[in-house]
Amino acid sequence: MDMNQYLSMFIDESNDHLQSLNENMMGLEANPEDLSIVQVIFRSAHTLKGMAATMGFEDLASLTHQMENVLDLVRNNKLRMQDFIFDTLFKSLDALESMVQDITGGGEGKADVSAIVADLQAIVRGEVPAAGGASTGSAPAASGQAETPIHLDEFQFSVLEQSIQEGHKVMFVEVAIREDCQLKAVRSYMVFDLLERSGEVVKSFPSVQDIEQAKFDHSFSLYYITQKDASEIQAMILNLSEIDKVTAIALDQESLHQLGQDTAAATAEAAAAASEVAVAVETPVAPAATSTPAPRAAAKEEGAKSPAAGRTGGTPSRTIRVDIERLDVLMNLFSELLIDRVRLEQLASEMQSGDLTETVEHMSRVSADLQNIVMKLRMVPVDTVFNRFPRMIRDLAKSLDKKVDLVITGAETEMDRTVIDEIGDPLVHLLRNAVDHGIESVADRIAAGKPETGTVNLRAFHSGNHVFIEIEEDGRGIIPENVLKSAVKKGILTQEEAASKTDEEAYQMLFAPGFSTAEVISDVSGRGVGLDVVKAKITALGGNVTIYSTPGKGTNFSVQLPLTLSIIAAMMIKLGSEKYAIPLSSIVETGIIKQTQIRTIHGNKMLEFRGSHIPLVSLSRIFSIPDYDESTEEETEIVVVRKGERLVALAVQDFIGQNEIVIKNLGKYLPEIQGISGATILGDGQVALIIDPNAFIK
Amino acid sequence: MAEDIKVIVFKLGVEEYGIEVDKVQTIERMMPITRVPKTYSFIKGVINLRGVVIPVIDLRGRFGIAEAEHTDQTRVIIVAVNEMEVGFIVDSANDVIDLNRDSIDTPPDVVGGIKAKYLDGVAKIGEDRLLIMLNLSEVLNKSEIVQLEGLEG
Repeated sequence: MDMNQYLSMFIDESNDHLQSLNENMMGLEANPEDLSIVQVIFRSAHTLKGMAATMGFEDLASLTHQMENVLDLVRNNKLRMQDFIFDTLFKSLDALESMVQDITGGGEGKADVSAIVADLQAIVRGEVPAAGGASTGSAPAASGQAETPIHLDEFQFSVLEQSIQEGHKVMFVEVAIREDCQLKAVRSYMVFDLLERSGEVVKSFPSVQDIEQAKFDHSFSLYYITQKDASEIQAMILNLSEIDKVTAIALDQESLHQLGQDTAAATAEAAAAASEVAVAVETPVAPAATSTPAPRAAAKEEGAKSPAAGRTGGTPSRTIRVDIERLDVLMNLFSELLIDRVRLEQLASEMQSGDLTETVEHMSRVSADLQNIVMKLRMVPVDTVFNRFPRMIRDLAKSLDKKVDLVITGAETEMDRTVIDEIGDPLVHLLRNAVDHGIESVADRIAAGKPETGTVNLRAFHSGNHVFIEIEEDGRGIIPENVLKSAVKKGILTQEEAASKTDEEAYQMLFAPGFSTAEVISDVSGRGVGLDVVKAKITALGGNVTIYSTPGKGTNFSVQLPLTLSIIAAMMIKLGSEKYAIPLSSIVETGIIKQTQIRTIHGNKMLEFRGSHIPLVSLSRIFSIPDYDESTEEETEIVVVRKGERLVALAVQDFIGQNEIVIKNLGKYLPEIQGISGATILGDGQVALIIDPNAFIK
Repeated sequence: MAEDIKVIVFKLGVEEYGIEVDKVQTIERMMPITRVPKTYSFIKGVINLRGVVIPVIDLRGRFGIAEAEHTDQTRVIIVAVNEMEVGFIVDSANDVIDLNRDSIDTPPDVVGGIKAKYLDGVAKIGEDRLLIMLNLSEVLNKSEIVQLEGLEG
């Protein structure tokens, strides 16, 4: 089978699973007693293992397998999570991530994981808690067998409890298959099949998976929910051939509770057996992840219509993956539709037919809604970038020996995919800065009378046409004087320049190339590539960064970004018969000037504008417009545009109005044209070019 | 016998030219073209083809033939070569023929004023028709255009 076609799916899904593993591990670390999280982690790890094994990435599979062993012990209450276990598991996740990255880059996903594997195995071997008494539950004891009782976890226990409350019959069934049976897996399968026809198997020992692979002696036991009587079940199973003995014991609330208490104190025997089994479950495991015990239990729960749902957490989001190119095609087709709509509207108004006008108006409304949806399709929640930060901050804080809480708000805020893809790195940099330079060490914080755990707030929110992302910490803050002193020392500013700077301007100095205030350069931040790179990147995205800081209280980096890169607000202008668009973001103001206000200085046309002289650029001359020249007119409309501090006035013939435009590129064939950044399609289907005002400002 | 290929036939003046059909995306009637300033004179501008902005070349201008008025017959042939989409303005396009590769001969140095490097060959069809096969990647070669412009300028 050719696996290549599945590779991208594998990579996508692996990344998803790794992400969820990371997230849930963090959750577990904060809340080590919550076994439902362990279940989720276990399931993710198991699916990952299955996928990796199917795709033939052995190293990936074997590492996940070892992780699974550890997790299995934890979820069965045989191992208590401890710091070093977390560390080892996190290390394993890192290794997995780098393997998946290698695969993404076309590699084989091979890596030497033996050290981590050995660590994990040591945990599995050495950390099994000591025996907790050999007492067994009443029900299994009553069966009169020395069989290992099944341990129900909290979740399965509650499923059983609910079922009893709802009037279902819950029973403990033990089945022994004849010793001379050749295909015991098949026999047991028949038993399961039979049982599932008239009820639900909640839990079995050995696990369903092991039974399917014939990894059991000659008997197995299970918890079963049904409407039938125990004797009926017993008779049913005995009807199958090669079945030696069947015991079915009905459980009531009381015996179940007793069982629950016993479950808490796991027997040594069971622990040992389980860990043995865990090791014994060697790869390759069937790729069908649904056959694992945990998801099976979850599925059964739904089947039993038990209201215990929701405890497993992490319902998969209902999404499909769509190639971004298809969205572009959709968008293009849609704009084509818009053009036809405009044409139809014209025809309708010409024909003056009531019915037609009505229909066209309805179509306009529908297509307006459709347009909104198409636009929204490209929007992704910032969560896709934010989700890797908690892990990063955790590791960072640990390596710096600081205590840091990362509080994320507004992760559901949506932005255009193109912006999202670019914003990750700058944010990483800002966050690292916040933890490294902003938050003080524990000792310093206590000395300053602050709580020893520092807080980094990562906030995202919409405001107008922009998305704001703020990174705020309650650290030591930035002292403007120090920034200026440092800038002078590094020769970025002169003494006089420094003296005249406001606090605001002093903070902006942090973004100057070659600036780093940290006295000691750590390996976390301050490696020369500093905030100037962050600033450059954000500016390139059409955004902006501002710093607010209170010395001693903390610092806030506020990043302002456009909602989307593909749709901008623009001012449409006319030059003769041609229409052009100027991005609104660079327009300062518009106005009308008289020919007499234009002065010529050194052969350049200048204009007095708000107290200073700015150049006047003739667009008609630069673009050699055939049918317009502003110099023949008494009065000229101007658009004042800005790049940084500098201003330029562009002479135009007429303003048409403000529009939201979709940016298109001019195609690969055309060379770069100075002053033109792209094109857009107008409502009437014509193409208008987008002016790049930056080109006129040097 | 070599394989048969399908060829779109179009006219510039009296000459007939051919482009392999799999390089042609669509053939459109003349549509409004938005002029693009500060570029080569034979690039007439850009059009909106179902939401995609595509540059359009006057093929007459590209080959240095005098440009003609657009008529009812004028067509824009949209070709895709090397991931570039470009429209060619031609006098008319109204035929698709099957051509055997064997019937394509190497071109003489100059055909109808077009240099041989823009041509893949010349095919004889029927008794007295000559079909000039275009080498699209050479026609769209940008480095060559720069030289050309340099010489003219």
